[in-house]
Amino acid sequence: MVLDNGDTAFILICTALVMLMTPGVGLFYGGLVRRKNLISMVALSFVALSIVTLQWVFFGYSLAFGPDISGIIGSFTFIGLEGVGTTGDGIPDLLFMVFQMAFAAIALAIVTSAVAERVKLSSFIVFGLLWTTLIYDPIAHWVWGGGWAAQMGIVDFAGGIVIHISAGFSALALALVIGKRVGFGQYSMDPHNIPMTLLGGALLWFGWFGFNAGSALAADGLAANAFVVTNISAASGALAWMGASWVRGKPSSLGMISGAIAGLGAITPAAGFVGPLAAVVIGTVSGLLCYYALLFRIRKGLDESLDAWAIHGVGGFWGTLSIGIFAIASIGGVSGLIAGAGEQFLLQAFGAVAVTVFSFAGTYVIARCVDALMGLRVSEDEEYVGLDISQHGESIQV
Amino acid sequence: MKLVIAVIRPEKFEQVKKALEAEGIIGMTVTEVKGRGEQKGIALQFRGKAMPVDLIPKVKIEMAVKDADVEKVIGIVRANGRTGKPGDGRIFVSPIESICRVRTDLEDPAEL
Repeated sequence: MVLDNGDTAFILICTALVMLMTPGVGLFYGGLVRRKNLISMVALSFVALSIVTLQWVFFGYSLAFGPDISGIIGSFTFIGLEGVGTTGDGIPDLLFMVFQMAFAAIALAIVTSAVAERVKLSSFIVFGLLWTTLIYDPIAHWVWGGGWAAQMGIVDFAGGIVIHISAGFSALALALVIGKRVGFGQYSMDPHNIPMTLLGGALLWFGWFGFNAGSALAADGLAANAFVVTNISAASGALAWMGASWVRGKPSSLGMISGAIAGLGAITPAAGFVGPLAAVVIGTVSGLLCYYALLFRIRKGLDESLDAWAIHGVGGFWGTLSIGIFAIASIGGVSGLIAGAGEQFLLQAFGAVAVTVFSFAGTYVIARCVDALMGLRVSEDEEYVGLDISQHGESIQV
Repeated sequence: MKLVIAVIRPEKFEQVKKALEAEGIIGMTVTEVKGRGEQKGIALQFRGKAMPVDLIPKVKIEMAVKDADVEKVIGIVRANGRTGKPGDGRIFVSPIESICRVRTDLEDPAEL
């Protein structure tokens, strides 16, 4: 239980990097909506960060990382951060708590994709609190807090299952409950500010170094591996998506940054288990897979508006499986199919499917309840004038 | 020659533009504007309090068209710009005194 100054300094910085990802998601999404909803979209990410911060302090951290109860959930031992102090193993317990808090916050921010341009702010706050408590915290406990998935040997280095599968498939369920935007599929809802989306994407890529390298929880070789494969996978994803979209038309910058995030989402679970060349394959496959998932969503007429499902859900799912294919024991102590061990692949597939089903079904029920109690979406008039005015009383000066 | 000015919903613009193009009406000047009609915009309710939003974003399309085409253009804009709800917009028609092309020195409505 000795603190390490180097590790502590590193994780403090990584936590700050991860925090920046949440407004990064806001800017990414903000550029993709129509101008009348830009403020709303960025604000939703800040709201997510604020809700989760308080939820995490009062009971969320304890539910996720408190002493295990039957493999399902953490106990209330750390409620109100009781017993979480400035001492710890390598890094202070408080620092681990806040690092994890930043993860929980970005997960909820990703889910806002599903409700873009039509959600009632008050309902989102209630939904967000319920989602973080009933979906995110249990999953974090299962995988990272000593729950059943961890006990089985399912691994997730930085959140492919916990964050990307859970947020992506939850977004899909939430989108089905809230319904399509008025005019979806009938008239243009083109992004109004691509440079802002590129800026948000850049902040995400930058913050992701803290997300993945920091998940080593030490300033060591494993962190360096995670950092390197993160960058490689992002670059591979960016080029793969751009190439695929080029074949069908123009190589859009939006496609490029979407591909980068697909690559980042996929390498997240695997960053501590695979080497650089595997990261090229993981990122490339993710860029292509997520692009075709997006085309599938559009063909099916699903208004999961900003593609949390296609990018984070599908990317995270693929990345989780990829550990079972590419993992090398010398990096993270786990071997995959290529190293001659098939068992890990089955474990990863089971974990991914279980969390997919849980987050989709659980979120669907939560969203239905919130919708029945207070209505998830704004009135048609409010949607027409935009959420900036109707929810915040603010608008962008023209 | 007449100047047809159509103020319509922004979300209907692409549809209207395509329909005009299909009928050979190509030339247009488009401006993003804000305005209000007889309803004085939209009155939203926020926590029981009225919150008026009186200036609503619209798109203004200006087209110089031959006299014979005026009715056709109006018909296309109406058919494609309509939702049936308040706020669908207005169409104004004015005479044009003269037209000249900047590229040439000619001044003639036929220059269109």
